[in-house]
Amino acid sequence: MKILVPVKRVIDYNVKVRIKSDGSGVDLNNVKMAINPFDEISVEEAVRLKEAGVATEVVVVSIGSRASQEVLRAALAIGADRAIHLQTDQELEPLAVAKCLQRVVEEERPQLVICGKQAIDDDCNQTGQMLAALLGWPQGTFASGIAPQGDLLSVTREIDGGLETLELKLPAVVTSDLRLNEPRYASLPNIMKAKKKPLDSRPVAELGIDVAPRLNAVNHAAPAARQAGIKVADVAELVEKLRHEARVI
Amino acid sequence: MKTLVIAEHDNQQLGAVTLNLVQAASRLGAEIDVLVAGEGCQSVAEQAARISGVHQVVKVEAGHYAGQLAEELALLVETIVRQDGYQAVLAPSSTFGKNLSPRVAALLDVAQVSDVIDIKGVGSYVRPIYAGNVMLTVESAEPVQVLTVRPTAFDAAGQDGSAAIVEAPAAPALGLSSVVRRELSTSDRPELGAASIVVSGGRGLGSGENYHALLDPLADTLGAAQGASRAAVDAGFVPNDYQVGQTGKIVAPELYIAVGISGAIQHLAGMSDSKVIVAINKDPDAPIFQVADYGLEGDLFELVPELTRKLN
Repeated sequence: MKILVPVKRVIDYNVKVRIKSDGSGVDLNNVKMAINPFDEISVEEAVRLKEAGVATEVVVVSIGSRASQEVLRAALAIGADRAIHLQTDQELEPLAVAKCLQRVVEEERPQLVICGKQAIDDDCNQTGQMLAALLGWPQGTFASGIAPQGDLLSVTREIDGGLETLELKLPAVVTSDLRLNEPRYASLPNIMKAKKKPLDSRPVAELGIDVAPRLNAVNHAAPAARQAGIKVADVAELVEKLRHEARVI
Repeated sequence: MKTLVIAEHDNQQLGAVTLNLVQAASRLGAEIDVLVAGEGCQSVAEQAARISGVHQVVKVEAGHYAGQLAEELALLVETIVRQDGYQAVLAPSSTFGKNLSPRVAALLDVAQVSDVIDIKGVGSYVRPIYAGNVMLTVESAEPVQVLTVRPTAFDAAGQDGSAAIVEAPAAPALGLSSVVRRELSTSDRPELGAASIVVSGGRGLGSGENYHALLDPLADTLGAAQGASRAAVDAGFVPNDYQVGQTGKIVAPELYIAVGISGAIQHLAGMSDSKVIVAINKDPDAPIFQVADYGLEGDLFELVPELTRKLN
C-alpha cells in the first residue's frame, strides 16, 4: 500500500503571533516556521505503517513557496521515501489545496492519504474532507487509531462525547488527531540521509487548476483581552465572591 | 434567499447546539429550513419544528443515514441544496459538523468559512485563527455560503415555533463506510459544551485518581460538567472528550473553575469566553491568573476539598 501525506509549513506552535499593524495579516518575517504538528503526526503514522510492513512507500507532498522544501526534508528525515513540492508563492485556500492534492492522487495512486486534521495557522479543518469529497473516497477524520485490514481500514475517531470506530473501504482519506501517535525525533543520520532522498519540484501553475482565492481576508485583529481579576485570600472569600459579587452559584 | 441548517442529533434527541445554529442563521436574514436526516428520527423532526424562527423542517429517513456518516449526508445535502436553491448551509463546529461540512462545500465547489463566531451579514464573518490569537474578518461572495458555526458564540433560539415537517427523498446509498461501534462517555453530569458550570482539572492534579477524588465531589456539589487541559488528557487522567481548548471543546459557561491548570494559550482559547473564571493554582505566575476573575493561590489538595465543603 502506498501512502500519501500532505504537509504544510506553518508558524512554529511555540511562537507568539504578531499581527501586522495594518491588520492585513500575521507578520511572518524572521519567525520560526515548522511542519504543521498534525501533519507531522500523519507522517509518523505512515512511516510506522511502513515499518510494520503494511505500507510499501510513503510519499509526502507540500504546496507553497520554495521554503516548503524544508518541511518536506523534515518529513523525509522522519522516514518518508520521497517528496513532491508544488511551488507557488500564493496562499492557497483549502479547496484549492484539495484540488491540487486530487491531481497528485490521480498521478500517484495511493491507497491511503493521511492528512493533519487542521493546520495550526488558519485552523480551517477542511482539506482532508474536501479531498475525500473530490475523490469520492470515504473519510476517517480526527483519527486516534488506524488499522488496515485487507481492503478495509478501521479508524477510531475522537468525537464529542467519546470515541467512534468506522470501517472504511480503501482507498480512503484519514485526518490525524493529536493522540494518533507521538512523532519521533529525527536522528542526525536520518536528517543527513533525507537530504539525498528524491524531491521533485514543479510549479502549481503547471497543473492547470484554478487556485484563485474565493474568500477575502478583510482584517486581522487581536481578540478582546480579558482583564485579570483579583486574587482572593482564601476559600471563604472565594465562595463569598461567587455567591454575592459574581452571583454564579 | 433560503438557509439550510443541518440538525445535529442521534435519531432520538435533537442536539442542543442546533438551537444556537438557528439563532446564528437568523443573522443572515433569510428563511430558515432545518434538515433532519436519519433513521427513525420523527421525534427529532418534531423537536426541530418547535425551534423559533424555523420555516420548515425537511426530514429524510433512510437506513444509510442512521450513523450520520459524512459520505452519505454530504451527498444528500448537496442534492437538496442544488434542487431547492439554498444559498447558505450552516452546521455546528462540533466534530459532527466539522466532519460533514467541508465535504458538502467541496461537492458544491465553494469555499467554506470555518468556526464562525460572528455574522455581520450575508458574506461577512468573523472567525478565530492561530488558536484564537487572531480574529479574522472574512468576506465570501460564494453562491452558496457554507459555514460551520461555533455554538457558544450565539444564544440559543427559543422553542415556541410550530414549523411544518416535510419529507424529502433520500439520496442513493454510497456504502463507502460503516459504523463499527461508538464508546460514548456515560455520565449523569451535564454535557461539557452546554453546561452552565464547568470544573476543569490540569496536570497539577498529578493523577487520574486525584482528578476524580478531588473534582468529582466539587462537580457533584455544583451540578457541573467536567473538563480537563490537554496536558491532563495526554497524561491519561481522563478521556479525550474532557479536553477543553483550541483542539478540544470550546466552552463558554457562566462559571469555569480551573484547578491545577497553568493556562497554556491552547487551553485559554477554549474557555476564555466563560462569564466568570476561577483559577486555583499553586504557581503565582501561572498564566491562568491573567484571565481569572478570582484567583486562589495555594495547594489544590487542601483548597479544593475545603471549597467543596463550604459549598455544601
